[in-house]
Amino acid sequence: MNDAVNQLYTNLNALAAGLFLLTAFGIVATRQARGCLNLFIVQSLLLAASALLLGLRYNVPHLYGVALVNLISKPIIVPWLLRRTSPAEIYTRREIDQALNIPTALLIALALAILAYFLSVPVSSAVSADFRGPNIPIGIAGLLLGAFTLTVRREAVPLLIGLLQMENGAFFTGISISRNLPLIIELAVATDGLIIVFIIGVLTRAVHKHVGTTAVGELASLKETSAPALKEAGK
Amino acid sequence: MNLLIILALPLAAAILVCLPLKKFWAPGVTLVSCLAVLILSARLAWLASQGQFITAAPQVGIFKWIQADALSALILLLIALIGTTAAIYSIGYMGHQKLRPGKLRLYYANYNLFVFSMLAIPLMAEPTLIWIVVELTTLCSALLVSFDDTREALEAAWKYVLLSLMGAGMALFGFLVLFAAMQAAGGGTYTWQGLITAAPTMPPVLLQMAFLLILIGLGTKAGLVPMHTWLPDAHSQAPSPVCALLSGIETTTILYVILRLFPIMQAAPRVHAEAWAVIMGLISVGVASFLLLQVRDYKRMFAFSTVEHMGIILTAVGLGASAAGYGAMMQIVSHSITKSFCFFAAGAALLTMQTRQIDGIRGLITKSPVAGTALIFGGLAIAGAPPMAVFLSEFSILRVGLTQKHYVATGLLAVFIVIAFFGVLLRVNQMVFGARQIAEETPNATETNSAHHFRLPLSCRVALFLAAIPVLVLGVYIPTPLHDLLMHAASALTR
Repeated sequence: MNDAVNQLYTNLNALAAGLFLLTAFGIVATRQARGCLNLFIVQSLLLAASALLLGLRYNVPHLYGVALVNLISKPIIVPWLLRRTSPAEIYTRREIDQALNIPTALLIALALAILAYFLSVPVSSAVSADFRGPNIPIGIAGLLLGAFTLTVRREAVPLLIGLLQMENGAFFTGISISRNLPLIIELAVATDGLIIVFIIGVLTRAVHKHVGTTAVGELASLKETSAPALKEAGK
Repeated sequence: MNLLIILALPLAAAILVCLPLKKFWAPGVTLVSCLAVLILSARLAWLASQGQFITAAPQVGIFKWIQADALSALILLLIALIGTTAAIYSIGYMGHQKLRPGKLRLYYANYNLFVFSMLAIPLMAEPTLIWIVVELTTLCSALLVSFDDTREALEAAWKYVLLSLMGAGMALFGFLVLFAAMQAAGGGTYTWQGLITAAPTMPPVLLQMAFLLILIGLGTKAGLVPMHTWLPDAHSQAPSPVCALLSGIETTTILYVILRLFPIMQAAPRVHAEAWAVIMGLISVGVASFLLLQVRDYKRMFAFSTVEHMGIILTAVGLGASAAGYGAMMQIVSHSITKSFCFFAAGAALLTMQTRQIDGIRGLITKSPVAGTALIFGGLAIAGAPPMAVFLSEFSILRVGLTQKHYVATGLLAVFIVIAFFGVLLRVNQMVFGARQIAEETPNATETNSAHHFRLPLSCRVALFLAAIPVLVLGVYIPTPLHDLLMHAASALTR
């Protein structure tokens, strides 16, 4: 009986992990800022679900705490904070000119996901059997895809989501391989994530006010050789 | 108990400066708090120089991870020192800008928070907590970088936040892997000390992965090439006292976290931590020294020089942590005190001439003798001319490199240092002593270059004078307590 329940937890966790990877791909491919944010919320819920399932499976009560922290901070406080700090316009933004078109971006994302699998092999072989599982490769994939999102996006919200997704990815692996991390640290990390949202919101508002756009990636006047030329052109 | 007070003071100051009181309230509170922290950390450094290991009084909850050994005490002392001189400098520099009182309070609140977050890094002994305070340094300084609210400043702040946090994401994963390695070795306390003890039984593959992730992740924030692209932007666009903090000590503080990994990695020879350090270090020094030749903005010049010096420190550690450790520690000290002085001097030049362009400034010495003298002194000191502190530390690193028979690496290091030397001095010399006529031709300098003298605010002159003392003194004489502290700190780099 107990075995069957444990098997169910393991399978459900694998399902959560698969969906987690799907949301990471979705964030790469979604143009609307609002859509990115929604996908991120789903992703955070999946992280919470995975923490809960692993907590039940291996009987680690403080993973419930991790699940709770993720449940409250990311899906609820992050969107609220973003709405309070940044201009309303960021939600309606749609990126027309990404650095890469969507099929190319998805192909690279796929390659990164495969790379993540190969990176996870040595880690999986070094930890004991209890700590193995789909969380390791998929967390690494989340990390890499987050970094990839940061390099190809131009709009403020997708960039922020990329950053937060890196953190999600790291913790998706973390709840599996370093699940005995003290809860106080998870709390501190969650608080830290909220400060990130706050600071980025404030910066976006300032950029919007002074430059008139939220496509922060298009700011590129600080360069070595062309700086004086640009200054003169501005005058 | 001391350790907790050191952390509590800047936090209290950050809250106090928000009170809407008289004009001198916010700078005054900041200065008093920084001075108090300086005194406390000097005492701590004194204890640490005698080989003591200091812990916070109540060993409960988060407090049991607050500890300090000689290496922490050294970094702590430098943060407190530069925090104090930059606070003195801020009084005149920010006062000169005629800001709204609210904006000025915001500056000092952020300043204190930033100092707090930096002080917390050497005092924490638990790697994931350190990761959190590393993130806090980015977040607390982001609004200082964008403080001028210009298009360029905002761009710099964005790049700074995005790249630093992206690196931090990588580093977080590294720290989690490190924790997993610790568990695989049978557990123990997850602190630097505990990690060193457990390292021999940890799976080397996990150590290797953690090391590379943290080196790349935190290396982004320490300004190592090729992840340095944000650094010249952020370190040139921030107000000058903040640049002194960012360039002088923040980068070093982040590098300190990387240095903490070396004694752990020495347990696993296949990680090749030292080789990675030499490679990353030399690439940073090399790229930065060539980039120094083509700068047009003098604050960016000093920022690239920071990249160069981070590379030198990392190379020194890689050349053999035991022998070159002393040189690396010396370099950390001399770089911090000299670079903060350089940015004070650059700020003085900026106040005098109102331009960041090197081509816009000629004959600074006639316009403002203080700013001119400071800039040429700073240029000489940071480039490594004798008898200043940087010369002594660079010389001792090169000497150890040769005695350890790392001829290629040491030779390359020497060549790059010489290139950087000429790069810096060429520009500084043009700015300070260059003929006036050239300046008249460039467009944005004509109005500001009128003949009358400019008088720097008193506090700026005081800060320049105070910051110059250690640069000169440490070049010729290292006091015994500091020598002991450096020795103990260097021994923290080996098992």
